[in-house]
Amino acid sequence: MNVRTAGIAVLFGMVAAAAAAQSTTDKAARASDPYPSTYQPAAAPATVIRNATILTAAGPAIEHGSVLLQGGKIAAIGPDVTAPAGAVVIDASGKWVTPGIIDIHSHLGVYPAPGTEGVDDGNEATNPNTAEVWAEHSIWPQDPQFDLALMGGVTAMQILPGSANLFGGRGVTVKNVPSRTEQGMKFPGAPYGLKMACGENPKRVYGARHISPDTRMGNVAGYRKAWIAATEYRNRLKRWKDEGADPAKQPDRNLQLETLAGVLDGDILVHNHCYRADEMAVMIDLAKEFGYRIASFHHAVEAYKVRDLLAAGGICASMWADWWGFKLEAYDGIRENIALVNDAGGCAIVHSDDANGIQRLNQEAAKAMRAGREAGMTITEADAVKWLSINPAKALGIDKVTGSIERGKNADVVVWSADPFSVYAHAERVFVDGALLYDRTDPAKQPRRDFVVGLTPAETAR
Amino acid sequence: MSIAPRLTIRLSILALFAAMSPLGASGQRPAPVGRPAGRPPAPVRPAGETIAIVGGRILPVSGPAIERGVILIAGAKITAVGADVAVPQGARVIDAAGKIVTPGLFESATQLGIVEIPLSADGTADQSTTDAGLSAAFAVVDSFNAETTLIPVTRVEGITRALIIPSGKHVLLGQAAVVDLSGAQAPDAVTRTPAAMLAQLGEAGAAAEGGSRASAMLRLREALQDAADFARNRAAWNSAQRRGYARGRLDLEALAPVLRGELPLAVAANRASDLLAALRLAEEFRLKLVLMEAAEGWKVADRIAAQHVPVVIKPLTDIPSFDAPGATLENAARLAKAGVTVILSSFESHNARNLRQEGGNAVANGLGRDAALRAVTLTPAEVWGVAKRCGSLDVGKDADIVVWSGDPFELTTGPEHVFIRGREIARDSRQRQLLERYRTIR
Repeated sequence: MNVRTAGIAVLFGMVAAAAAAQSTTDKAARASDPYPSTYQPAAAPATVIRNATILTAAGPAIEHGSVLLQGGKIAAIGPDVTAPAGAVVIDASGKWVTPGIIDIHSHLGVYPAPGTEGVDDGNEATNPNTAEVWAEHSIWPQDPQFDLALMGGVTAMQILPGSANLFGGRGVTVKNVPSRTEQGMKFPGAPYGLKMACGENPKRVYGARHISPDTRMGNVAGYRKAWIAATEYRNRLKRWKDEGADPAKQPDRNLQLETLAGVLDGDILVHNHCYRADEMAVMIDLAKEFGYRIASFHHAVEAYKVRDLLAAGGICASMWADWWGFKLEAYDGIRENIALVNDAGGCAIVHSDDANGIQRLNQEAAKAMRAGREAGMTITEADAVKWLSINPAKALGIDKVTGSIERGKNADVVVWSADPFSVYAHAERVFVDGALLYDRTDPAKQPRRDFVVGLTPAETAR
Repeated sequence: MSIAPRLTIRLSILALFAAMSPLGASGQRPAPVGRPAGRPPAPVRPAGETIAIVGGRILPVSGPAIERGVILIAGAKITAVGADVAVPQGARVIDAAGKIVTPGLFESATQLGIVEIPLSADGTADQSTTDAGLSAAFAVVDSFNAETTLIPVTRVEGITRALIIPSGKHVLLGQAAVVDLSGAQAPDAVTRTPAAMLAQLGEAGAAAEGGSRASAMLRLREALQDAADFARNRAAWNSAQRRGYARGRLDLEALAPVLRGELPLAVAANRASDLLAALRLAEEFRLKLVLMEAAEGWKVADRIAAQHVPVVIKPLTDIPSFDAPGATLENAARLAKAGVTVILSSFESHNARNLRQEGGNAVANGLGRDAALRAVTLTPAEVWGVAKRCGSLDVGKDADIVVWSGDPFELTTGPEHVFIRGREIARDSRQRQLLERYRTIR
């Protein structure tokens, strides 16, 4: 063997070892993330938006301000920014700029249009605990409601299973981008959510079938049993790892308990559908009993009654502006709810839970802002925009990369035709990672999902 | 997209309910819902005094805007409207400088007063009947409860009259009534009943009757034919000398004014083909047709206009379905442009208060502001046959008046004074009392 061939052999050996290591890494990555995001930001030129009123969600409004979007990020923001040669320049005089809207509670794709039984994929209402199901496996990326939400300035959303079950399953955070696959929308690095539900829904669904839960106390017993099982599962896994992780002795996988254990590990965030104040207080104790955190209560129609508890616990409340009364647990809804939670120093979020509402979350925030002001609270537009952006980003664990217009964050930005809290305002341009995905003035920049293609004859098409 | 779910429950919640069985099967009954603490608020001032609303920009709807105008109210009625109206001595003066004054808003598809809590609260919801022998005759006015908690939160948003409509799983749903939201009970609050006969075709009609649009249409035609025969041969029927009918006496009697072209038949349908089918039916029986929902109305707007059929739409309808693949936010604007008489409605009950948000969105999507205001005031009053009483700011009409802090369609403005039949309405509501109760937390 001469030196040269030996060198080649050594080189080959190194390549082979690297390949083996790569494959092991892939395998490990696949094991923890078996349906990984394939999202790639669209290529985009540097863009500078000038002369806008900018609500950054990170401070006071900036009048006549500019934002530079470059390399998919917010590269600069301020009264004036230097744009590179060749940058696209948007004169936004008289217009407003906000972060992309983030809807923390959506069922787009799992309850897609056209709303027929064949795509009714949001509630695995076959067992009160279906922590093993993942909403992403129901999402139909061709749901045309994604495009309608984009027209409303929504750049990211959490898609959740429904609330029929105590544990509805995993929610997933997606970017609101056109894609052939759900993986192509999946927000890289966003933690999973776990949908839990309090109150009337689970007890109604299962009580009607004469199985538990049939009462609110049955609900709580159901959560506790599940968390006990999850704690044991997690301990079993930990013991196995501590004892050398012998593959021959590996405990059986349990999809349901994996998700719950993920919550106990702090990797999966709890999103808890809960209307009534007293039930939220019980859920807070439940979380303490088993050592997990609640990222946000959802709907939280009575959040105002326990806004001190929520603020103290660092728990967000994701709310409607004015929905109330459609069931008894929603009967005490008041329009000041969002403002009161905000006023108590809490994390207030405007959510939709609705394919109509998601198109106009800015209007929902406007109504909540008005209600708060009329009740004597001081709420600026710069405050209210947080309900739509940085607060949901926090509750979703993506606030390091999006949710506000700050240097270095993803360039998820909306240019509005007017004050976004006006009923007459339209989202004119919507950027995701610096790419212009929607332009109200350019039909070529108005995504249309497959479902609507050819649905209306060309001669009558909108 | 039938009327029923729209009115009672929002869509995504419906999606959840779709997976559920009725509560009744479990044998559990929900706890009775008590009247909330505190009775519905009494009007601030009694009718009878003279009130002058002075200095506002008056939009009478029936005529051009009046800058810095005066409106006088005496008793329940408007007694003067104009720029040069003297304020009588002793009148209560409301300074409306810088404000906008309009007629009270009219919601044309709601269940205020006939449903308190639509889900899991049996006994509080009277909007539909499961009585198989009853459909056209079903009259919502007999269920109307003026002390509902829904009315106070609705009228503080400037809505002063409403068409209360039935819903359910029939092709013919029953008789609607126009009521005011003064807090008065029936019959005092009732402006007109019946004001319309409600029916549904399209997907909802098919679901209610035989699983096909064709079976729904056939049953509707059968009911009209039977009612016509019944009306002509009542004496023979009384003496059992006439063939049997598919429906009972009550339904057949209720349809008589529809056949005479006196009572509007308000048909909910969305797909263009279903709207055309309803137009053909109206021609065949010479009906006074009103189209409800009509999400694809814009596609057949010329035909609707040619037949002079008014359309009641929910502007915020744009999600494509097989019942309305062409749903668009521009529906209102396109219909109006084609000359169709357009009414805007929330199709909501608990949030009928968002009617003006619907109107604002119609304007944002191309409908003129004046047209939008007319579509929530005078046009519904005309179409539902109560324009002598309300719908515009004219002498002799009931004083249903709203003084707005700004643009009535904006989200950050609001009513500062609301008058219904001459009485100013208190801002109080159960929700207001809850706010006060929790304004501070101890």
